[in-house]
Amino acid sequence: MAIRTINNKSVDFDAEGFMTNHKDWDFEIAKILAAEEGIPALTDRHAIVLNFMRKEFEAKGDGPSMRKLTKESGVPTKELYELFPGGPAKKSARIAGIKKPHGCI
Amino acid sequence: MSSPEKIKKVSIIVSRGSLEGVYPGLIMANGARMEGIEANLFFTFFGLYAVLHKYQDTLKVATVGNPAMRIPDAKGFPLPTFLGALPGMSAFATKMMQKEMGKLDIPPVSEFTQMISDAGGKIYACKATVDMFHLTKDDFVPHMDKVLTVGDFYELAAGGQIIFT
Repeated sequence: MAIRTINNKSVDFDAEGFMTNHKDWDFEIAKILAAEEGIPALTDRHAIVLNFMRKEFEAKGDGPSMRKLTKESGVPTKELYELFPGGPAKKSARIAGIKKPHGCI
Repeated sequence: MSSPEKIKKVSIIVSRGSLEGVYPGLIMANGARMEGIEANLFFTFFGLYAVLHKYQDTLKVATVGNPAMRIPDAKGFPLPTFLGALPGMSAFATKMMQKEMGKLDIPPVSEFTQMISDAGGKIYACKATVDMFHLTKDDFVPHMDKVLTVGDFYELAAGGQIIFT
């Protein structure tokens, strides 16, 4: 992938479809990326996860582990898998506009 | 994205009851769920201790018969087997490893098996071992889904990959 125009904004993506600059992100972009991941609508619960991912990424330069995500965002594991079916760690990272997470847990 | 066909299902057999024997299977099962891969965990023989509520958080690193073992850390001195047998050595190695795992956000066994179950992974116990160890449903953590025969396991594993640890 490369530069795409979303909502009149040019957004750069890496080869795996993750945004290369998380600062270009906004919630409208998130909605479009979510639709591409098979999530038709983003709820408040999605937003809690996405905001936590972004906060963690800004602080540490990498997305959080699933354990940290569930413990600190207050969204339990079961719900997380329901919110982002078929692979919550990467899907939520992609929709949150951050780079692909590197942790194993 | 580059691989021709994605793995859809893994069935992981955990047969050992040491800390280092149990964790790889748990990490792989959890990692599978994170990728949207269906995951079954089948605990057999001493691996079963990982899902017995009374014992699952008492697992230890084996310091005897492990020629790769080094102290005080992974790049330290080799630990000869006869020293590994000293009282407290296993507890010490376990403590060190748990400390490092904690830093990586790897949870204790009880929390980890619960997390895998919540993530949609299935947890099974081997019937032959359950009978051999005289275990009942009450000995297991509540999220252990079912006691399976080998035949049941193969049926569940059909169409996926089987990993023995």
